[in-house]
Amino acid sequence: MDILVLLKQTFDTEEKIVLEDGQISEDGVEFIINPYDEYAVEEALKIKEELGGTVTTLSLGPDRFESSIRTALAMGADQAILIDDESLFGDEYTVSNVLAKVIQEQSYNLILAGHVAIDDGSGQVPQRIAEILGIPFIGTAVKVEINGSDVIVHRDVEGDTEIVETKLPVLITTQQGLNEPRYPSLPGIMKAKKKPLARPDVDISEEAIQAKTEVLETYLPPKKSGGKILKGEIKDQTKELVQLLRNEAKVI
Amino acid sequence: MGQKVLVFAEEKNGKLRNVSFEVLAAAKKIANGGEIASILFGLDSNEYVQALAKHGADKVFVVLDPSLTQYVTDVYKEAFIEVVKQFQPDAILIGHTPIGRDMAPKIAAALKIGLITDNIDLEVIDDKIVFTRPIYAGKAFVKKIAYDSPVFATIRPNNIAMEEADPSRSAEKITLSFSPSQDALRVKVRDVIRKASKGVDLSEAKIVISGGRGVKSKEGFEKLYEVAEILGAAVGASRGACDAEYADYSLQVGQTGKVVTPDLYIALGISGAIQHVAGMSNSKVIVAVNKDPEAPIFQIADYGIVGDLFEVLPILVDELKALVN
Repeated sequence: MDILVLLKQTFDTEEKIVLEDGQISEDGVEFIINPYDEYAVEEALKIKEELGGTVTTLSLGPDRFESSIRTALAMGADQAILIDDESLFGDEYTVSNVLAKVIQEQSYNLILAGHVAIDDGSGQVPQRIAEILGIPFIGTAVKVEINGSDVIVHRDVEGDTEIVETKLPVLITTQQGLNEPRYPSLPGIMKAKKKPLARPDVDISEEAIQAKTEVLETYLPPKKSGGKILKGEIKDQTKELVQLLRNEAKVI
Repeated sequence: MGQKVLVFAEEKNGKLRNVSFEVLAAAKKIANGGEIASILFGLDSNEYVQALAKHGADKVFVVLDPSLTQYVTDVYKEAFIEVVKQFQPDAILIGHTPIGRDMAPKIAAALKIGLITDNIDLEVIDDKIVFTRPIYAGKAFVKKIAYDSPVFATIRPNNIAMEEADPSRSAEKITLSFSPSQDALRVKVRDVIRKASKGVDLSEAKIVISGGRGVKSKEGFEKLYEVAEILGAAVGASRGACDAEYADYSLQVGQTGKVVTPDLYIALGISGAIQHVAGMSNSKVIVAVNKDPEAPIFQIADYGIVGDLFEVLPILVDELKALVN
């Protein structure tokens, strides 16, 4: 079983967002594997442990991605591909074209990816890649079972569970609740330093990397100042709260 | 110049979802007197067609095939593209629901066009549609445009107000037959296990009541459901509460969970970690109840009670019941 994992590096969830000249500043920011992609890495490793094969991570992004890729290698992935050519970054349309182009040159049975990245929250790239590759897509998996070429996935749909089946090859996106990602072991970290990280050039048409959307402006939400802290006995405070919600805020 | 706008109408539990009417309101902003068409899949319902007409649809495409009674990504994608070919829209809008999120990028990839997802607002400036969407789960925002025609976007539920129904309006119903390709049938739905039937859906709820570690147990969460039921609210949870197994992960609100924007968010026993705040800080009114007066949640709350949530809850239930009666 050859498994590809789409891996993106994102800001640590604890980071505050700071703007500098209208752009999001990366100064002093801690980076992590996108938490949803981490579920994808873990699931790939579990499937490999059961069925054998290889796990390859695939990323499109700047050089700094290497630290997160090494983490995935330390968790147990076998090898990694990083496309760090800035002219290929673009939007979801271009990113999907570039990644699909690279995937077409790999051998794979299964592609796993986080169902959304916690930075731009766009949630488009996996679906687009499945479409370009012409393979089935299954989103928000909370359980994956593979039996020969049969695949059964339990997917989360607003808290309900949908059980779907298909056949390999397939692209599946991972949702919280699927697994508990492992921590890299110390020997794993040592080994990861020597695992192959390819940085291939991608030969792709101009048209495929022309972005279809443009960000005009990035801004921060207005700062909230603390509101009204109620006073007195809990009973009176609660009564006052209900009145305020009813008459002042008019939300109940 | 009038624009042709195509919107997706989505049904859930025997009702059209509110977001379907919200996307119609968004479509109206774009249409500028042009034509608005809705899509209904697998449902030959005149009642739905009328409801969509009253909220702004001029045409309703009803696409019928047994394969459309259950959502399957590629089947819906193919049916959707059939309607796009027929109607030739200048813009397409879909609710950012689980179905919308799942199929919109597939449709965009098949049509080789851009897509802007999860928008909370849109405005037309100099003939350009400018979309507003949160990034980093609401820690920042971007304004974005798409170059293609059709312009394609998904709209987050609960952010664009639906318009009042206009009973004098009617719509032309166009019934299309459709049959999916063999490829589209490669994924089959075997079963659906309904767990979330309890209460209201988080993403569309006008009121969300969330519990954190301070709720202390699964039983504690049952008390939240009591208040939620009186208010017609949905129940949410912090990561801490989910990790402690007081609540299911599907209820988690935050940067690695659901991002919600209700009219009222009630945070009970939630300290206000930055990841949680990212998921709810854009709610219109925020109430916090926490024993710790230093809890960061109070910095973003509109109303705060420093105290034990289990003291507050029964009084809240009584007061709300009195109000409802």
